[in-house]
Amino acid sequence: METRYIRDTFCATSLLLMALSIALGVSELPNGAFVPIILVIPAVFAWRGCNRPIDAWVVIGGAVLGAFVIVEGVHQQPLVGRSNAGLWIFLLAIWALAWRGIDRVANYSSLITWRQRLADIAVPIAFGLWLLFLWEAVVVGLSVPQVLLPPPSMIGVKFAASLSILWADFVQTFLKAVVSGYILGCGSGLLVAVLIDRVPFLQRGLMPIGNMASALPIVGVAPIMVMWFGFDWPSKTAVVVIMTFFPMLVNARAGLGAAGRLEEELLASYGATYWQTLLWLRIPASLPFVFNALKINSTLALIGAIVAEFFGTPIVGMGFRISTEVGRMNVDMVWAEILVAAIAGSMFYGIMTLLERYFTFWHPSYRKST
Amino acid sequence: MTTSVITNVDTTGLSRPGWFSRALAGNALPVLIVSIAIIIVWYAATIYMNATMQVDQFERAGQEWSYGELVAGTMSQERPLLPAPHQVIAEMTKTIFGKKITSKRSLVYHSWVTLSSTLLGFAAGGLLGVLLATGIVHSKALEKSLLPWIISSQTIPILAIAPMVIVVLGAVGFKGLVPKAMISMYLGFFPVAISMVKGLRSPDVLQMDLLRTYNASRIQVFGLLRWPSSMPFLFASLKIAVAISLIGSIVGELPTGAQAGLGARLLAGSYYGQTIQIWSALFMAAFLSACLVGLIGVVERIVLHRMGARQ
Repeated sequence: METRYIRDTFCATSLLLMALSIALGVSELPNGAFVPIILVIPAVFAWRGCNRPIDAWVVIGGAVLGAFVIVEGVHQQPLVGRSNAGLWIFLLAIWALAWRGIDRVANYSSLITWRQRLADIAVPIAFGLWLLFLWEAVVVGLSVPQVLLPPPSMIGVKFAASLSILWADFVQTFLKAVVSGYILGCGSGLLVAVLIDRVPFLQRGLMPIGNMASALPIVGVAPIMVMWFGFDWPSKTAVVVIMTFFPMLVNARAGLGAAGRLEEELLASYGATYWQTLLWLRIPASLPFVFNALKINSTLALIGAIVAEFFGTPIVGMGFRISTEVGRMNVDMVWAEILVAAIAGSMFYGIMTLLERYFTFWHPSYRKST
Repeated sequence: MTTSVITNVDTTGLSRPGWFSRALAGNALPVLIVSIAIIIVWYAATIYMNATMQVDQFERAGQEWSYGELVAGTMSQERPLLPAPHQVIAEMTKTIFGKKITSKRSLVYHSWVTLSSTLLGFAAGGLLGVLLATGIVHSKALEKSLLPWIISSQTIPILAIAPMVIVVLGAVGFKGLVPKAMISMYLGFFPVAISMVKGLRSPDVLQMDLLRTYNASRIQVFGLLRWPSSMPFLFASLKIAVAISLIGSIVGELPTGAQAGLGARLLAGSYYGQTIQIWSALFMAAFLSACLVGLIGVVERIVLHRMGARQ
């Protein structure tokens, strides 16, 4: 039988790169003394192979420690020539190490539910943190102008410092314009879908138009709405209503036709009236489609409200803040606002997903697949 | 022969549905009627919304007016609250056919500016989407780490921060086409990536097993099985991608100070209250969007037909 000395190529690569970076003087950095200690980890696993789950955690731990050394290092400006090259090679070494760890955790499978779930959640979080680290290291290390891209640490500081402004913008744009427009738009879309249910003529006439309208750049009506409804939030609400109406109409229509033939015949044999069938069979059966539209609309609504603010607004609101702070080149404030938008958008989407799980728990996509 | 038997049957005696009920059964007539209804409602709204201003105008001129004149007046204002459809169409014909294509007043010129960045962004986004999907299908680590972030990337309203991307990239020397195309790309890659992950996984287990027994390599499995069977998914997602790429370009044109493009026409129109200009830009955008989606539909039909799909 063939004897393999190197059992893990990723760890071996990492080991090589790390040795090279030490030769280039990465240990001269503050906390650089940790580097030889981290070096032990890939050295061990390159020969032993990195197979058990605990190995993955050790590897990731090493990568995290290395990441700290790098972040400390890049903030010590200016970098001296020799240790500079070593730093970037060390970054590559850490990258290989982190990839090995994430790869192991991603392929982890356990029959114990909480362990599996922990592994499934850990991978994307680790990946996100890795991206943040890379962003910080590259932006600070290469001294990218802050106008182009501020490092995450700077955005975090700005975010914490201007909470009251951000909250006022959030209230104006999200709580007033988005929520009211979202409820009105989705509600009316759903209502129209149910109303035209009994008129096949209208369905055939309206649905192709609705399908086409969902592909149109509806956000372009924003200047018209601002002209009609004024600068304050009602004009933004109007844009959101128009943007969310068509996706909901189209999806709800598709959903109302989704009930199975067998179930419909069963209800017919019970002598159920049209309204009873609608309430007890067709509306519940349409819920997966309706929630699909609700999720699409959650993003559209936020976009519509913010874009509408570019066309005229009182001096508060997320879109207003973004456009004025860009003009003043306060890019860190803009990114703080983007962070707010990202959190609001993800939360909105997340809430819709939770509601979807609660109401459509019976749908095949939530059943456990083997 | 069976065919001749069928053709010899005399159908003249049987009652066939008349043209009217046949038209009613299809989609064309209902769509036509609904469209006409929309236009009628539009005209009514034009009269209603512009009436106050028209009455004002008459009274300021100290002019006697009849209802006929009022209605005619509401449809021929310079800057109406809501322009009548024929005003928009007149403006469009004037700016499409009446001006030289290179003129800054020509709608064709502005459409081309928008279209070029849309197409560049769409191509880049489609390519990125396919590459990401290929990576995700082949590596579990990529799937678990990348897929959640791809999905959550779309809950960030990128369209809303598009102006910042444009201004900031412009400040460091990237101007014109590329920044707009980047926004189109960011929007366009998502539907392609998500749907291609599904598409590349769509071959059924039996087919995959067959290729396995032939000892096919991953590249061969990809070329022979995964890629061909993902075609319907690819085209469905490309249609969505091209539509939102167009939206991305239009929004990307808003902050550049109304230089060129359909977005710039919207912004300039809203600055100077030129509602007819806004509406004609909107119509042009809708027309472009419909054309692009239609074009992909045609390509889809040709490709699927050549692959042997039955319509």
